[in-house]
This record gives sequence, structure tokens and C-alpha cells, in this order.
Amino acid sequence: MPVEFRHVTKRYAGDLDAPAAVEDLSLTVPAGQTCVLVGPSGCGKTTTLKMVNRLVEPTSGQILIDGVDVARHDPVKLRRGIGYVIQQIGLFPHLTIGGNVAVVPELLGWHAARCRERADELLALVGLDPATYRARYPHELSGGERQRVGVARALAADPPVMLMDEPFGAVDPVVRERLQNEFLRLQADLAKTVLFVTHDIDEAIKLGDRVAVMDVGGRLAQYATPSELLTSPTSEFVARFVGADRGLKRLSLRRVGELPLAMPPVARVGDEAGPARARTLADPFPYLLLLDGLGRPVGWLDRDRIPTEGLLEERLAVPMSPLLEPETTLRDALSMLLAAEVQAGLVVDPRGAMVGMVTADQIGATLRAEGGRTAEGRRPAAAGGTR
Amino acid sequence: MEFVASVIAWLADPAHWQGRDGIPIRLLEHVELSAASLLAGAAIALPFGFLVGHSGRGAFLVLSVANVGRALPSLAILGLALPFTIQLFHVLEFWPAFVALTVLAIPPILTNTWAGIRAVERDLVETSRGMGMSATQVLWRVEIPVALPVILGGLRTAAVQVVATATLGAYVAGGGFGRYVIDGIARNQLDRIFAGALLVAALSIATELAFAFLQRRLVSRGLRAATERTVPRTAT
Repeated sequence: MPVEFRHVTKRYAGDLDAPAAVEDLSLTVPAGQTCVLVGPSGCGKTTTLKMVNRLVEPTSGQILIDGVDVARHDPVKLRRGIGYVIQQIGLFPHLTIGGNVAVVPELLGWHAARCRERADELLALVGLDPATYRARYPHELSGGERQRVGVARALAADPPVMLMDEPFGAVDPVVRERLQNEFLRLQADLAKTVLFVTHDIDEAIKLGDRVAVMDVGGRLAQYATPSELLTSPTSEFVARFVGADRGLKRLSLRRVGELPLAMPPVARVGDEAGPARARTLADPFPYLLLLDGLGRPVGWLDRDRIPTEGLLEERLAVPMSPLLEPETTLRDALSMLLAAEVQAGLVVDPRGAMVGMVTADQIGATLRAEGGRTAEGRRPAAAGGTR
Repeated sequence: MEFVASVIAWLADPAHWQGRDGIPIRLLEHVELSAASLLAGAAIALPFGFLVGHSGRGAFLVLSVANVGRALPSLAILGLALPFTIQLFHVLEFWPAFVALTVLAIPPILTNTWAGIRAVERDLVETSRGMGMSATQVLWRVEIPVALPVILGGLRTAAVQVVATATLGAYVAGGGFGRYVIDGIARNQLDRIFAGALLVAALSIATELAFAFLQRRLVSRGLRAATERTVPRTAT
């Protein structure tokens, strides 16, 4: 379902002379796409979000979901049909994780058994084992886990529209990167119409099909695809907000999964050392990658240190390469390689199994290629919105 | 030593365990009066506390009621209640004490209920609304359960105060353990006075323990552990 803002203005009462929180905002989020609202604090992005589920009422203008003005819906019913995730997550501390996820289905009057089933289904969807997590309480979870529960809860009644207000703002960068990847995987499957608020331009570029850059005073500065935003900012403000390192940021438009992934010589823990050694010596890549029984990387063995006989043991391997996911942007991948002071990163699937290898050289080559020409969109140009 | 022995002897005397003035009957009267007053106090203070806490309006009223309630000596309320209840019910005994104790029970229940609900994080309330809960659902499904430890704390304080103060009921011809104290004073029987005081103290402690147990049973494990933090956090 598309979401459309038509000349929406919000002024808080008694503040008539002050700048509006949101000023004459018009934009359309096409059905099934992610629109990221980004801007400095005080730019009205959260207010914009809250007007969609009527936690805030606009002073003038209309917001339409699937062509119907939200003002014509009963707010309580309207909200049950819209997923809502906030930075503070707002999990109910007195309810179990299962109970938290089942809140909206319960409000909608689903049978208890169906609510439980649905909660389990969603926990599994966001990568939390239902048997382990369903009976726990929010305080027993880490920040990243709670954030996943928050997303599961918002998805519980399968709403076509999701509102997400800095949902990954309160977790550390490593966890945030992983949550963003999960969001992209989920969104590829579920194709919700998502309005996503952040103050982090990198997150906006990574997650958005379209990005709305907002300026203080609630004015829309530019509404474009991430690549348009990087290549042709329409104003001084947008250019400054996007940052001077636009060339480097273009790496955020590309994902690790899009690169041709190399494969180093590999062997499993418990394999015969002799043949593995022979294979590694014959390979141009000078290290052997050891995998565990499930195909997950354990660590590297220098080819000169591989025993000539016996079995390969886990203790021989040195874990040092950062683990990347296919959804990791090249920019994040590069910074992880630099941080770990290594040449190669290992790409793993959601279960942690080895998919391939990305090297700093590969990323460098992409950067040079991107820099040489004007960057093109990572997706076919989407139909234009207003402005 | 002799005095302690006399108090024990008084308590052990089978004659004091039967009849109209026996310990079981006095216990029943004391509990009856306390429970009725607590329930009445809760019936007034809880809804009022929910309303003011949920709406965020009328906090001034809550604080005024609480302060006036705390400043008034129970004995004074008893005196004030006397003429009214005599007019209304034409008897002494139960009613004046009931009114006085109800007034005593209200402030702790009201302030705790109000403060407990105000202390529920606004983000939590807004998410609840954002998920599609009506105002009543927010109150019953979120605000009250989350504030429950504080609300029960208020009831606990009120209950203990009421049980202790119910002793005064004997001044106006009521029953309960206060009888022993008042009659003991009248008859100059120190062992009786002291035994009465001991019984009141024991009942107060029992009340405290009963509420602690209730709190343990009613409050969600998720809330209790949030303050105790006994379970280690798991990694992401």
C-alpha cells in the first residue's frame, strides 16, 4: 500500500510564530518500498512518522494510505494495522517475549493458540529460536535481541505499512550492521511499505529505496534514490549533510553479495592434513581456511604451518578475518577490514556458513571503477515521487 | 523478669482464649475492622489514583489529600467521625473506627498508585498507543501491571498502618486487641496492656508478611527480576 503526504504541515499549539515542526510536506512512498526520513534533530522526521498513525495530528494537509485519508479511520483500529517500532523499543517488561510479540494479534481478538503460533513464527523469522526465547522476559535479553523482538512484534499482525523510528539507534555498531542486514533480508521477502527514521545518513543510504532529506523547520530538502542523492544533491544543505566523502559513501550503494566472491582453499576440522596441505600449496592463495562441521569458518592456517600428516585440529587455526554478510555494504566491509588490519573478509550466510571471500583489493577496484564514472543506481530507477 | 513472666502467664491462661473477651474473638474483630477499612480505602483510592496517574491531571489534588491525610492524627479523625457516625448509624463500636481507618488508608494507597502509574515510562505508553491500544487497554494491560509493585507497596503500608491503628477503635467501644490495652489501662493491669500491645505488633508483622507474599505472587517475574537482575544477560 502506498503512503502519500499531501501538503502536510504541523505546528504545535501556542507556537504560531515558531518554525513549523513539519512544513508543507508532500511525498509519496510507493507500495512495498522503504522510504528513509533523514535529517538533523529538530527536522520533524519523527513528527512526520507519528502523523501516519495519528499519534500526532497534522495542522493541515492529508496523509493517505492506499488512497484513504488516515483521518477517516478510527485511530485505534488504524494503528492495529500499522507496524510501529521505536528506538526505545518499548517492550512490555511484565510480559514474556512470546506475550510481547502476540500483543497486536490479541488486541485483534485472535484465538490464544493462533497468537502463540504466530509469535513463534515471528521469533523464528527474526532469528530468535522460539523454544529458547518465548518464555523469557525482556530484561533477560541483550539490546540486539530486544530490537529483534521489537521488529517481530511490529510484524505480528502482518501490517502492510511499517513505521520505524530509529529502530537500530540504541545498539552498538556491530550489532546495528547485522540488524540492518536482517532488515534488508526481511524486507526483500515481505515487501512492506516502510517509513524509517534515522539521523544516520549511512543507514539511510544503505536501507532506503528512497531517501527524504529533511532540514530544520520540517522542510523537505530532497527526495531521491540513494545514488541520486550521492551524485546530484540539489542543495548546499543536502551536499553538506551527505558529507564530503561522497565518493567513499558510494561504496555504501554496493553490497558484498554483488561482488564475484573468491574461495580460498578450505578444509574441515578433522580432515586429513596431508591432502589439505597439498591443495593449499598448489593454490595461489597462501592460507588454508578451516571450517567446522556446519561449514562455519574457524580460522586460518599459514600454508607453511599445515602439518604434513595427522588430522586438522581447531587449535591450529587463527581466527582473524571479520565476518561479513551478503547484505554488508562495501563501505562497512572496507572499514571492518581496516579495523581488523587484514586483507580478506569472510562472507557468511545467516546461519554462519562460509559463502566466499572478499579482499580489500576487490573493494579498492570497485571504488576506482565507481569513481571513474557517475555512479548508477543499484536498482533500476524507481518511479519518481513528487518533488 | 517477673513482669515478662506475668505477660506470658496472661497469654497462656486458657481463660483468655475463650468467650466474648477471648483472644480469638478479639483477633476476628481486629481483622474484620482492619480488612473492611482497607478495602474501603482501596475502593476509593485505587480508581482515583488510576485516573489521575493515567491522565496526568489532578496531581495537585493527590498530593493535597496525601498531605492532609498524613497530617491528621488518627485519634482526631476518630473524634471527628464520632458525631457523624452516631447520627448515621446510632451506634458506636464499629463505624467511627471504620471511618477513621478508611481515611487513614487512603493517602498511602492513593500516592503510591498515582506515583506508580506516573513512573511507567512514557515511551512504553506511547508504543502501546501506537500499537493500537485504547486508553482503557493501556491502563489495564500496561500501566497497572507495570506499576503493580508500587501499587501493592502502597496497599502494604496502608494495611500495616490500619492494623496498628485499629487498636484505637477500643476507645469508642469497638472490639479488637485494643480492648486489652484500653481495659488494661482502666483496670491498671499492666500484663493485660502489654499482652494486648504484643498481639497488635504480632498481627502487624503478619500483615506485612502476607503482603510480601502477595507481592511475590502477583508481580510479573519480568518486573521483579528487572530490579534484582539475577539472570545473566545473554549475548546477541
